[in-house]
Amino acid sequence: MIELQNAAMSYGGGELLSQMSLRLQPGSFHFLTGPSGAGKTTFLKLCYGELLPSGGHVSLFGRDVFRMDRDEIARTRQRIGVVHQDCQFLDHLSLAENVALPLTVAGKPVNSAELMELLGWVGLKRHADALPPQLSGGERQRAALARAVIMSPEVILADEPTGNVDWEMSQRLLALLIELNRMGKSVVIATHDLNLIRAAKAQVSARVLRIANQRLHLAGADL
Amino acid sequence: MIRLIEFLSFEKTGAGRVVPPTGFTARLTLFTAAAMAFLAVFALALSMATGRLADRWSEALARSATIRISAPAEQMETQLAAVLNVLSTTPGIASYRALELSEMEALLGPWFGPDLPVDALPLPRLVEVVETDDGVDAEGLRLRLSTEAPGAVFDDHTRWRRPLVEAAERLRSLGLLSLLLIGGATAGMITLAAQAALAANGQVIRVLRLVGAQDRFIARAFVRRFTARGFWGAMLGTLLGIFAVLALPEADDAGGFLTGLGFAGAGWLWPLIVPPLAALVAYVATRFAALRMLRRIA
Repeated sequence: MIELQNAAMSYGGGELLSQMSLRLQPGSFHFLTGPSGAGKTTFLKLCYGELLPSGGHVSLFGRDVFRMDRDEIARTRQRIGVVHQDCQFLDHLSLAENVALPLTVAGKPVNSAELMELLGWVGLKRHADALPPQLSGGERQRAALARAVIMSPEVILADEPTGNVDWEMSQRLLALLIELNRMGKSVVIATHDLNLIRAAKAQVSARVLRIANQRLHLAGADL
Repeated sequence: MIRLIEFLSFEKTGAGRVVPPTGFTARLTLFTAAAMAFLAVFALALSMATGRLADRWSEALARSATIRISAPAEQMETQLAAVLNVLSTTPGIASYRALELSEMEALLGPWFGPDLPVDALPLPRLVEVVETDDGVDAEGLRLRLSTEAPGAVFDDHTRWRRPLVEAAERLRSLGLLSLLLIGGATAGMITLAAQAALAANGQVIRVLRLVGAQDRFIARAFVRRFTARGFWGAMLGTLLGIFAVLALPEADDAGGFLTGLGFAGAGWLWPLIVPPLAALVAYVATRFAALRMLRRIA
């Protein structure tokens, strides 16, 4: 689905990441960890075509990103759900409209019953008509997750999804992501929260990727 | 047609809503489009009125000419006869007629009063000449007249007709140039407004990109909005312009150039192309600005 071959990324001179190889299998569950500034976010951006590698190859669903035009990358985003740490919304639209936005931009009809079901799943049914600025950090994270999965993507990439929320809320978000994984979706969560990884390992067979010294390592099973 | 109106309507659902409403800029774009359309209607009225004027003058004056005979009283009749004789054998002349004394009296009346003793004055005799469509060889006619009737002067009106027609035609081109400038200025202003809107909505564009929106979709959200504003603003301005032209004082029979400003007959349909044209200009300008900007970012 997402494949990196010796991919490298450098920003103005210095190389941030190099010789990364990974093949993301359907239904897998990965954590991505590493110190702050190691390049976790950059790695995820390579995985959804926001950035192009400065060396090596990245292919999304069998297509080399260098051969994809802007529209093709846009269409690929409909198959990859992304949740950012500081999730952004269209602040003038209601929460429900924001969650349904991927359908709107793809020109697909919005089934309001399914939409409400999805909002119920992330526990935001009550806030369907609220505007995003009125929501708390945890509610925004859950809304972003709902928006990321509404197109029923094959892969979900989450960048520090629990960065701004308390432990209880992070457990709830993790439970949602594990549930998605059980439905067959690949999940990649970038986090530096080892407790979260330990909590997940109890429920799902997760593998841990670690970025250190500009390289991507597969960490041992034990933590 | 319905799809066009749908495209131009301010959308309350779907794609049009993804860009946040901006009351002040929206009103400014509407106002600009309206003002430009108002000016365009006047420029159009000016070029059409001057166009008609130029046509009328060349039409009415091109085929009429006058021969003036100034001669001592005893030679007058012979010279007149000679002139009429020359005219009857000149190609390119449709008709000719010597003006009667009573007609001269009527012509001079407004200046000298009704009691003018025309018979007692050494007035020149006038011969009215109407040329055919092919026209007459003016130089040849002058040459023949100078030998046959030395007191006759052929005046084909070109001397004072040409500058008038030229002035009218120049005014028409100025009106058309103004229309082009108004179109260009509208395109420029709408591009600026669209660019400001795109720059102010960086977050909207980032979010849309993130959830998989293609450039076409993002551009359309902006293009649609500005096209609608351009169209409805221009519609308002055009209607106001038409009312303003209608409210001008009625043109008198002389067809004075100032009072004749306006449209005639089917010409009234011309201002109606202003709103669609403004919409087209807005569409092209915004689309160009949006796609160029989107390629630069994200």
